[in-house]
Amino acid sequence: MLSWFLQFGFPDWLAYGAAGLVKAILVLVLVLFVPMLALWMERKIAGRIQDRLGPTRTGGRFGWLQSPADGIKLLMKEDIIPAAADPLLFRLAPYLSFCAAFCVFVVLPVADGWAPAGWDSALFFFLAVAGLEVFGVILAGYASGSKWSLFGAMREAAQVVSYEVPLGLCVLVPVVVVGSLDLQEIGRMQEGWFTGWLIFHDPFVFLIFWIYAACAMAGLNRAPFDLPEAESELVAGFATEYSGFRWAVFFMAEYAAMFAWSGLGAILFFGGWNGPVPVASWLGLVSANGPVAGFLGNLLGMVNFLIKGFLGVTVMIWARWTLPRLRIDQVIAMCWKYCVPLATLMLVGVVLWQGMTLEWCSAPPADAAQEPSSIPSQWPGRSAGSGKAAPAAMWRFAGRLCADLQVMENKEEIVP
Amino acid sequence: MVSQLRERFPEAILTENLEALDPWVQVAPAWLRQVCFYLRDDPQLRFQMLHLITAVDYLEKASSGPETVSEGHFELLYHLSSLEHRHRLVLKLRLPRWKEDRIGQLPEVPTVSDIWPAANWHEREVYDLSGVRFVGHPDLRRILCPEDWQGHPLRKDYSMSHQYQGIPGR
Amino acid sequence: MDFRRRKSLWNISNQGSTRFIALPPEEFDLQTDEIVVNMGPQHPSTHGVLRLILRTDGEVVKQVQPEIGYLHRCAEKIGENLTVRQFTPYTDRLDYLAAMNMNLGWALCVEKLLGWQVPEKCRHLRVLMAELDRIASHLVAVGTYGLDLGSFTPFMYCFREREKILNLFEAVCGARLTYHYIVPGGVMADLPPGWLQECSRFLDQFPPTLADLHALLTTNYIFIRRTAGIGVLPLQTAISYGCTGPVLRASGLRWDLRRHGEPIYTQMYAPYDFQIVAPQEGQYPDDGISPAVPDEAVLGDCWHRFYVRMREIVQSVQIVRQAIRFYQEASGTVGEPMKIQQKLPVAEAYLETESPKGQLGFLIVGQGTPIPRRVRIRSGSFCNLSVLSELCRGCLVADVPAIVGSLDIVLGEVDR
Repeated sequence: MLSWFLQFGFPDWLAYGAAGLVKAILVLVLVLFVPMLALWMERKIAGRIQDRLGPTRTGGRFGWLQSPADGIKLLMKEDIIPAAADPLLFRLAPYLSFCAAFCVFVVLPVADGWAPAGWDSALFFFLAVAGLEVFGVILAGYASGSKWSLFGAMREAAQVVSYEVPLGLCVLVPVVVVGSLDLQEIGRMQEGWFTGWLIFHDPFVFLIFWIYAACAMAGLNRAPFDLPEAESELVAGFATEYSGFRWAVFFMAEYAAMFAWSGLGAILFFGGWNGPVPVASWLGLVSANGPVAGFLGNLLGMVNFLIKGFLGVTVMIWARWTLPRLRIDQVIAMCWKYCVPLATLMLVGVVLWQGMTLEWCSAPPADAAQEPSSIPSQWPGRSAGSGKAAPAAMWRFAGRLCADLQVMENKEEIVP
Repeated sequence: MVSQLRERFPEAILTENLEALDPWVQVAPAWLRQVCFYLRDDPQLRFQMLHLITAVDYLEKASSGPETVSEGHFELLYHLSSLEHRHRLVLKLRLPRWKEDRIGQLPEVPTVSDIWPAANWHEREVYDLSGVRFVGHPDLRRILCPEDWQGHPLRKDYSMSHQYQGIPGR
Repeated sequence: MDFRRRKSLWNISNQGSTRFIALPPEEFDLQTDEIVVNMGPQHPSTHGVLRLILRTDGEVVKQVQPEIGYLHRCAEKIGENLTVRQFTPYTDRLDYLAAMNMNLGWALCVEKLLGWQVPEKCRHLRVLMAELDRIASHLVAVGTYGLDLGSFTPFMYCFREREKILNLFEAVCGARLTYHYIVPGGVMADLPPGWLQECSRFLDQFPPTLADLHALLTTNYIFIRRTAGIGVLPLQTAISYGCTGPVLRASGLRWDLRRHGEPIYTQMYAPYDFQIVAPQEGQYPDDGISPAVPDEAVLGDCWHRFYVRMREIVQSVQIVRQAIRFYQEASGTVGEPMKIQQKLPVAEAYLETESPKGQLGFLIVGQGTPIPRRVRIRSGSFCNLSVLSELCRGCLVADVPAIVGSLDIVLGEVDR
């Protein structure tokens, strides 16, 4: 973004300022409109699934304005803090959840180079910050002074903390394939036809996607894993005592997180902003053909990304209105007895797959360890090698991995 | 069936009416538990299911003035049936309206809640609404009315209080 | 064990010498507090104003104590102050989801007391209405059971179908909930023209929709895991607690008052061909629509209670079809509603009928006047609910709604 502005010969301060402003607006737009659209979609899709219409009147034929109308209604509501609640923590909790859910958008690239912060540790940041959302919920449950809220918070703590583990393992699998934690880098790896998407890279990535999908839904407390707010058991779980605007904030955080996780899934497995067919490059809409062409290509990419993200949200909505809720012991058992071992297996499998199929493992450069700067460029993408005899290749691969880790350590020291 | 009962408990069976719509046997309250155990466990009878316990208030009073002497009586009906033999029987108990004719003292009957667990709630309900104390009941509390309710509404001499917890009645 | 040994090794006394102390095992159990939670009377899944006092240790329920009476409307006291004809509308308010069956039970009991016989056409009309209402009641039971388990969509499907039945009832008697249609002596009015065609149309359209419910609930894996083996009610316990209706039948006893009741009731159903739905050795007779029993299901568990209702719907559809035919073939009138000031004999009459929730019994003690001395109502829900604390001992919090829902209580009938 910055370089794009600098191309036009802006002075530095203006370029930085403009780039920052555009990014801020981008995040704001996503942050405000994604939950609104997701909420409207939820109503409409739920309605259709249940053989009814959903909203039809607010704001025209399709009930477009239902979500803003809801928001206004919630703002108008009386602000209630129960007498037994801890007032400060009770107020703090929704914002904590909200901040965590929205901070992850900072690293989510909607198109090539169109991430507000294109850090090379973006995935790590995403996982770390998304995990903070649970604190808001636990705080809400604790501070509400209600037993139902406490139940919900305990469940949330047990569930989310458990599912962080398989989720971490799941996202590692595409990282092993690509060799980067940078979400933009992961996206760029999947350019071209849809066959280049990571989900079609090898069977391990294909299988891990389904585990990722299940674990993401569990980590998001979406039905059928919505135990912390299970309305038929815990009234509304951690949100029992919340109403009005604070409840709306929790709600927005939930929907934003839904989109964030399905967006992450799109980047990790489904090519990110790359469409199934490389239309943009056919039309010449790449940054090599000038800034305007690059901008148009990125716009197309953003549309791609949003469609993929909302498709993920749609699947979550579909699951919610179809499946009954699991029980807490079943949820935890599913995590530790199935998801974690399977994800570990897939991780080991993909490491072996990479080790055996990569060309550079078969013939490592002699001066690899001596040339740190050359290494990232040599990380192969999806180019499958000839699959040499396993043991020798594996040993070389392991050695190479160690060397790379050393390089990464050195790099950390160089680049603050 | 009834002759079998009469043979077994000659003192317990007071009267009977097998021509009624629902054939009934009147049992002496003191013998209730023995009779019930026998009815439930005898292989010929096997009354495994207790359907209902009812208290019927036979208060014969002309005026509704303050009660001075206890008049009339209570009848306690136990509707039993056997799913195995597909027969039914009603046990009748005749009770005074007040224990030892002292007004305010609830009449007492031995409980059958250990014979049929179903009796647990039915006896609570009879206690709550009709005011019969079941001796030996594990948890004899009001079931439908609030715990601090005054009186037993299904007694014929019950009059609703004008106020409950500051809520005006009538 | 090892842990305790080591811990006692560390137990150093004041004298500075290490002593081995045999500590009671509780010392090393996790010290947790039991909390008492009020589930209800305002709770989404207690089906009305039922209050359950739960003593829980974390997610494990130690004890459940039902508290009822929040909907007590003194029905029996009212019965002592009105004539039996005047009391008929009050029976609507007992089990308001199956008011036709309530009316029928009361009407038959009064007729038994008076020794009346209603014309054949009236009997078939009563069967028609009672079985339609049984379908409606079971649809609510099935739908809300899905709701208790977190599955919202089947609820809407059930209510969609129930609406159609209510439309039929509205055409007959003008009411959608409290019908006051079947009265002692007959019914209030004959069918309006064209009604039977409407009813046949509904019957043709309705059974295929059951496949959706089977797909979403009965055969759903999560649903089976949530209900199979949960809340197992052994047959002896069921009988000794006076459980009746689907709850008793799901425990494996083929007992249905429509076949095993008193003559005044069974003669109504004598010409009809239908199955008594009860598992025999874990299997049900084939009815052409319902799926097979899963391996996880245990006799008398929540799944069987649910499934018995699903199958009874199919049987009731068959009965209604036959009733339409019999009604058309029968000649004569549909009876004459009794007079308000009809004198009652000095006698007692007790009659139980098979209502959707269980066996519904009315006791009338006549005293020679139009107003009975005593009216007593034995409600199936009341007795079925009394077994709840037995069923819920040691289950999880999430199982409590599952068990309560499977008993299918209506608080109007419990509290009367």
